[in-house]
Amino acid sequence: MQSEWPLWEVFIRPKNGLHHIHAGSLHAADAVMAIQSARDVYTRRNEGVSIWVVESIHLHASDPDDADMLFEPAKDKIYRHPTFYELPDEVKHM
Amino acid sequence: MDEQWQPLDHFLLMRGDDCLILGHRLSEWCGHGPILEQDMALTNISLDLIGQARLYYQLAGERLGRSEDQLAYLRNERNYLNAWLVEQPNGDFAHTIVRQFFFDWYENALLEALERSKNDRLAAIAAKSLKEARYHRQYSCEWVIRLGDGTEESHRRMQAALDRLTPYVGELYQNHAFHASLIDDQVIPDIAGLWSPIEQQMVEVIRESTLTFPVMPSLPARGREGIHTEHLGFVLTELQYMQRAYPGSTW
Repeated sequence: MQSEWPLWEVFIRPKNGLHHIHAGSLHAADAVMAIQSARDVYTRRNEGVSIWVVESIHLHASDPDDADMLFEPAKDKIYRHPTFYELPDEVKHM
Repeated sequence: MDEQWQPLDHFLLMRGDDCLILGHRLSEWCGHGPILEQDMALTNISLDLIGQARLYYQLAGERLGRSEDQLAYLRNERNYLNAWLVEQPNGDFAHTIVRQFFFDWYENALLEALERSKNDRLAAIAAKSLKEARYHRQYSCEWVIRLGDGTEESHRRMQAALDRLTPYVGELYQNHAFHASLIDDQVIPDIAGLWSPIEQQMVEVIRESTLTFPVMPSLPARGREGIHTEHLGFVLTELQYMQRAYPGSTW
């Protein structure tokens, strides 16, 4: 029998309109406990308005050894950033 | 109890003392929780309760010409009005959860009624505290079910805690003779009247937890008169140590 509770990843939405951001992880027996513990551990300082939890085993990650292959090629392609457009003054919040 | 206290002072101190003493008990778990997540959950509840105690002490203090710190740190055991339940030792996690479960149901019922108090200040304190109290009750109910309907050992420990602490519940739902005028003026509810709807709901949770709600007589508890079990003195010794040893000291 497994003696440790499974690990969960916690995602917090800082405020309505923003997306959930990974906040950390915790151990819990099930989703109900995970959300409750996430509330107690990660929202004590008014960090959020919504919580997502997902069991860590359901996350699939890229292989760190593939980092060069996956991410290096994007580094010299600055033209992919939309920084070359001139914005009219009327457009705000960009 | 102090002779200069009016009924409302007595009620405010009773409320503040319940919250402070239970908050202090829960703070004893800090660094000793079964896992980090529950350590923080219990200390969060502790801080909520100590925050609520301050609201009652501030209001009582205005009326009595004393600061909230004086009320918390310089009152003797015989002038503390908390119920016997909240001064009981933490015991194992099961005892802490059952104590919390009993308190949370009482607390929610009382605050819901106090929200309609004719005293605006008291109604405001209740409205603010109720959001925290609802979470506390959800937390303790889930643990009662989880541990009652858990392993053989968790069930046994929970049943032992229920058997040990049930006799302390009756005191919570007793009207105090000194409060009659407050009830008449609709400043506070008829506290005895809160019991039967609450009992049904607690029985439902306990049934789901597969535990047995013991049928036991209530203890002749007299916390509201300042008569306490042996445990409160030790709590106050620790709680009040700094102000007693270094009078007037501040951060």
